[in-house]
Amino acid sequence: MTKAHQRPTRFVYQLIAAVLMFLAMFAVAMLIGAAETTAKDVWLALTSRASGDKITLIREIRLPREIAAIFVGAALAIAGAIMQGMTRNPLADPGLLGLTAGANAALALTLALIPAADYYSIMLACFAGAAVGAFMVFGIGAMKKGGFSPLRIVLAGVAVSTLLYAIAEGIGLAFKISKDVSMWTAGGMIGTTWAQLQVVIPVIVIGTLIALFFARQLTILSLSEEVAVGLGQKTTQIKIILFIVIILLTGASVALVGNMTFIGLMIPHMVRALVGTDYRFILPMSAIVGASFMLFADTLGRIINAPYETPVSAIVTMLGLPFFLLIVRKGGKAFS
Amino acid sequence: MARLYTNDLSIGYGEQLIVKELSIKIPDKKITTIIGSNGCGKSTLLKAITRIIAPQSGTVILDGENISKENTKLLAKKMAILPQTPESASGLTVGELVSYGRFPYQNGFGRLTKRDYEAIDWALEVTGTIDYKYRPVDALSGGQRQRVWIAMAVAQETDIIFLDEPTTYLDMAHQLEVLELLQRLNTEQGRTVVMVLHDLNQAARFADYIIALKDGEIVKAGNCEEVIHYDVLKKVFHIDAEIGRDPRTNKPMCVTYNLIKGE
Repeated sequence: MTKAHQRPTRFVYQLIAAVLMFLAMFAVAMLIGAAETTAKDVWLALTSRASGDKITLIREIRLPREIAAIFVGAALAIAGAIMQGMTRNPLADPGLLGLTAGANAALALTLALIPAADYYSIMLACFAGAAVGAFMVFGIGAMKKGGFSPLRIVLAGVAVSTLLYAIAEGIGLAFKISKDVSMWTAGGMIGTTWAQLQVVIPVIVIGTLIALFFARQLTILSLSEEVAVGLGQKTTQIKIILFIVIILLTGASVALVGNMTFIGLMIPHMVRALVGTDYRFILPMSAIVGASFMLFADTLGRIINAPYETPVSAIVTMLGLPFFLLIVRKGGKAFS
Repeated sequence: MARLYTNDLSIGYGEQLIVKELSIKIPDKKITTIIGSNGCGKSTLLKAITRIIAPQSGTVILDGENISKENTKLLAKKMAILPQTPESASGLTVGELVSYGRFPYQNGFGRLTKRDYEAIDWALEVTGTIDYKYRPVDALSGGQRQRVWIAMAVAQETDIIFLDEPTTYLDMAHQLEVLELLQRLNTEQGRTVVMVLHDLNQAARFADYIIALKDGEIVKAGNCEEVIHYDVLKKVFHIDAEIGRDPRTNKPMCVTYNLIKGE
């Protein structure tokens, strides 16, 4: 039984390494920015109540932005991992399967109808929109036998997403709020405030905790539906819970930063190469790697064409697309 | 009295019934085989008996309880299922995969107890897969992999094991290996084995009880002498079969056959 215990032990080391990488990435993200800041400023901003221009800048602009990157990266990576496990579809990703587009359309609709909507209502609208997007994509899949094949679902996702983005733009034009909508959805963490974080972070934390609690059930489900039933899993119940978790994580992310595709696709695949197929390991690792990756992408976006910012969604897509193609080519087996 | 039986079980989608008012008894501690042509409803029947799909009407009774109303985890301690060609468990080792057989006995985060480890090792031992325990499932041959999946079902420690075409995609030697393993589980441990098989002669050789289906209805259910019979095979498969005897087991076997033309 020696080796049966080895995987958890190895995982602990991997987790420590990942956390160290994450902390390093966080430090880099905090140190680099448009304004010249020193390590001392960052340290004071984080640990003391000292004030000063630079310290305030770090505390009120840079820190919330990086915190947003951390939580969104983690949330989308976990959401993607759950979707891949649940649907046994290696191409599953909240961005590819219509969830972010749905949340986006709901966001536009809310801004149009209730201009004074508070942040909380906007997030709720994003949950509803993400759910509608997912139902549309899987509804199209369910119309045809074999419609749930990975590529078919992705095609349905593209079609539904295009429609939903068009709706969002239509609403933006009709109500003359295009600028407001695109400010939300351009996919950036610019302008994230502490007030927003206070609303969104609890949702992401709760979603993550539920996900971790059901990680083992997800592993069983990812083997095969029939195997899961045979082992005594209440599959319908588990799928509903996991679906709600996906909606919470995706909706909260869109409410915070807008559209972000490929994180949920990429990160779990990378993580599986490291930790195997047990979701008790995949989910926490995805959270950490996803958070680090978002910090990296955001930092890259700030320095690649400084002093101008490159939208982080563009950076993520540039990195994610080749990855997507690789997974398609390898039939979902890439890195795992 | 059989522990497991069905009452007027009908299974299907919408108007179209795949299995029609089927009442069967699964004999305890015996090997039961379901045979029939493609699309006759054998797999569907197996799925309904194992609660993977819900019947349109009728009931499946295990130990006096309707399984659709029974706690599914409790059922998982009584019956194990090996679906047709389970997806490959990429990235898992044999030991890890087999450990999922202990799922019905766990709660919460699923820490394995000493008892669980014993059951896992024992299942690996019985199925002759203990040597692969630390190997990835992907690295095994088809026959080995099938034995590992059976080991997972064995680790579930159920009285009844269901298998949907456990020999598909295996070569002749590996087919026999799997069937002999199931036979040992039956004779040495008294487990009830229920499986769908394609090969009539394998069914005759290994099964105590055979259920022959056609269009979702029973043509004949009984021992191999009764089922591997000219009239039954003619009805079930529409073939003109020459029934002989296996010179080694003396069981009936289909020596050769022709399609029945016309009609």
